Amino acid sequence: KAAQDAFRLGSPWRRMDASERGVLLNKLADLIERDRVYITSLETLDNGKPYHVAFNADLNLVIKCYRYYAGWADKIEGKTVPVAGDFFAYTRREPVGVCGQIIPWNFPLLMQAWKLGPALACGNVVVMKVAEQTPLTALYIAHLAREAGFPPGVINIIPGYGPTAGGAIASHMDVDKLAFTGSTEVGQIVAQAAAQSNLKRVTLELGGKSPNIVLADADMEQAVETSHFALYFNQGQCCCAGSRTFVEEKIYDEFVERSAERAKKRTVGNPFDLTNEQGPQVDQEQTDKIMSYIKSGKEQGAKLVAGGNKMGDKGYFIEPTVFADVKDEMKIAQEEIFGPVQTILKFKDMDELIERCHKTIYGLAAAVQTKDLEKALHLSNTLRAGTVWVNCFDVFDASMPFGGYKMSGNGRELGEYGLEAYSEVKSVVIKIPQKNS
Amino acid sequence: MEKTPKPVRDQKIVYTKILINNEFVDSVSGKTFPVINPTTGKKICDVSEGDKEDIDKAVAAAKEAFKLGSPWRRMDASQRGRLLYKLGDLMERDAEIIASLITLEMGKPFLQAYGETMWATGVLRFYAGLADKIGGKTIPIDGDLFAFTRHEPVGVCGQITPWNYPASMFTWKIGPALACGCTVVMKPAEQSPLSGLHLVALCQEVGIPPGVVNMVPGYGPTAGAALTNHPDVDKVAFTGSTEVGKIILQASGGTNIKRTSLELGGKSPCVIMDDADLDEAVQFAHDGVMVNAGQCCIAGSRTFVHEKIYDQFVAKSRELAEKRTLVTGDPFDPNTQHGPQVDEDQYKKVLELIESGKTDGAKVECGGAAVGGQGFFIKPTVFSGVTDNMRIAKEEIFGPVQQLFKFKTLDEVIERANATTYGLGAAIFTKNIDNAMTFTQGVRAGTVWVNLYDVIHPQAPFGGFKMSGLGRELGEYGIAAYQEVKSKELIVFLCYYPCGCRRYA
Repeated sequence: KAAQDAFRLGSPWRRMDASERGVLLNKLADLIERDRVYITSLETLDNGKPYHVAFNADLNLVIKCYRYYAGWADKIEGKTVPVAGDFFAYTRREPVGVCGQIIPWNFPLLMQAWKLGPALACGNVVVMKVAEQTPLTALYIAHLAREAGFPPGVINIIPGYGPTAGGAIASHMDVDKLAFTGSTEVGQIVAQAAAQSNLKRVTLELGGKSPNIVLADADMEQAVETSHFALYFNQGQCCCAGSRTFVEEKIYDEFVERSAERAKKRTVGNPFDLTNEQGPQVDQEQTDKIMSYIKSGKEQGAKLVAGGNKMGDKGYFIEPTVFADVKDEMKIAQEEIFGPVQTILKFKDMDELIERCHKTIYGLAAAVQTKDLEKALHLSNTLRAGTVWVNCFDVFDASMPFGGYKMSGNGRELGEYGLEAYSEVKSVVIKIPQKNS
Repeated sequence: MEKTPKPVRDQKIVYTKILINNEFVDSVSGKTFPVINPTTGKKICDVSEGDKEDIDKAVAAAKEAFKLGSPWRRMDASQRGRLLYKLGDLMERDAEIIASLITLEMGKPFLQAYGETMWATGVLRFYAGLADKIGGKTIPIDGDLFAFTRHEPVGVCGQITPWNYPASMFTWKIGPALACGCTVVMKPAEQSPLSGLHLVALCQEVGIPPGVVNMVPGYGPTAGAALTNHPDVDKVAFTGSTEVGKIILQASGGTNIKRTSLELGGKSPCVIMDDADLDEAVQFAHDGVMVNAGQCCIAGSRTFVHEKIYDQFVAKSRELAEKRTLVTGDPFDPNTQHGPQVDEDQYKKVLELIESGKTDGAKVECGGAAVGGQGFFIKPTVFSGVTDNMRIAKEEIFGPVQQLFKFKTLDEVIERANATTYGLGAAIFTKNIDNAMTFTQGVRAGTVWVNLYDVIHPQAPFGGFKMSGLGRELGEYGIAAYQEVKSKELIVFLCYYPCGCRRYA
């Protein structure tokens, strides 16, 4: 109701110049910068990610995301179109309306920015349900948005659980659009609810089992480090984690040895300790799930070369774990683990490799580590994945679209493409006395 | 709560030199030139006079700052955007100072100068937001090729800005240039270098790397010509008279084929239909030609009034112009509406054209003469009974002189509106949708207003048809002039998914 009221014709938000929406988004970014230390600490407390990573990576991307979309606000243009006949025709890109946004716990601030940025730039109003595991930073940002001067009702945030609060949003008859980031399983549930209620427009960012391909000609040291980062970043809790590491036969053994070594060197512990690379998993449920995957890996015959156990008796810490000699059919090769468990598979032939990469319901990301120009281009242009990284991993920018093929999602976030889901195109055709070109 | 802006009346002029590589330096020759206050006719201060040697130094600095691997070339586009946004913040911080400089050097009433300055911060913010959103495409070309374009900065840009809106024109030039990653050498008008110099000092403060923004005050035939003829300047942007625009375009062609964009003069038609809201139309038409003492490229300097409402329109226009006359005076006074012309040359030219109007037989409804006393003040003047062949109907006056014409039909007035070598702006006042649609389609002008005048904002492009200019400024269109498109095709000896053929080890 609050959102609807803020969206009614003639409201302050609807009457506001687009450029002013951009100014407000920039002000929000300024305030986040002002309170960066506090916000980072809150994020680390609630989620467990190392403070220095949250400060340098998460907060950096968050601030840039708001500023990026601030710049789009007064550039969301329609067109005038030369239609047949004596008409003056144009399109308008209008806000969709009330946007229900459900965000996950793995990058609480960043996922909030990815959602609020484009929605507000386009002039929508938002009802956001934050993950029950990590509601704190989103609520603080809402407080800053109020300070920045967003009119009442434009941004509304509700902590709660999926089946209750989330479900209510997905089936609400007055929510015009739903954006969901989370598991594929829940993505299917909310998509159905959306369709069955009022056909609200839906975008989904779901899970992945992204292949990271290491060719024999890659720089070994860099490839090991990049592949390590690709999996272990954020305690392995990334939708786009490089969770199937395909290594060319020629260099396989050396790669496995070096990866195991690297995993053993990874520092794990209190995330407020600036020397730690890895913090705890987000909660008990996730921890149990990861441990059960580790168990299945052992049971199905993968070779454990590093880690494999929980760490300590407080919190949710898991040793950086590496499995070698992994086969495609194993659960750890098919299902999203969402934890610090690297699975390394061997390949020989390029064609076979591409086929194996595609044998998954997912299609979120992929990567290639190689120096060969032709192979790099061939793989980047053929792999069915929303983002392909070459000689890097997890490189994000507010200006580059991100999203999944297949069951990794529907639609794209970020970049100019990210605006599409948040505008509704209206065509206007006006009869005129005589059309001239 | 809006604060009331206060003029800085007796400010010490801090920035009076040439800026090259983020350092203020004297001209090579040591020469200076005076900046005159048109309200009093007296000198404000002296400013370094740049000539060819100074331009050479500035261009060399800009070229160096543009080298591959330089801090500016390596900078993230989003960071260029940040710098532009912060420049907007600083411009806002110093708005009263900058506005006061504008009022001092070219006579615009202070509150209007302040309005101009604050409005111009929006241009910087617009381009700040665009910096990381302008790129090329990947293209499905025929053959086994991966093809894409890069939109690269065009390079070293020579930018010559006018005196009528010194702060605003600065932002129109620097916004897109820096957003795209170009480097610039600016030559501000000799009548009004002070506001520009303050603004480049802010560029320094904000942290724009040395050599990216350079400013050389000086005269057109010397500094300006050196810039437009320089072989290392890749692009020139000029706002000023059509006459000088032609010289510059020839220079570009005759030297290294500089990409050239021009914003020139106008003689814009303002058409009042018989169903227009009369009082509103009178006010907009009056403001449209009188604002800034008539010193606007886009001035609505041919007001075509439908014969049915002609007499009333003339009477009401005269009334407004007479009221305006009563509030001319000290430009720092917040009540002043009308300032002096910028200098003696302009003042004489306007008076000469006013005389020609009388000689050609137009009727002086009010004004028609100088105010007298010190400074270059001219009375707001209204001519009625103007016919299309008079000089005041054809030539750009650039002064507070309104021309009122009579017309019968829309088709006739569109033809008469188009019968000019200019094509910058136009307006129609009507409630009828067909009239509005027909006029906006038929008139050959870069900006067409319906039921208003002089509404310009950073998001929408601005520029001239015909001899009013070349290219567009503002909006996303404003970026095109500052980019060079490079096509890259990589030959890869394989076919792509799903055809499945390949040829590699």
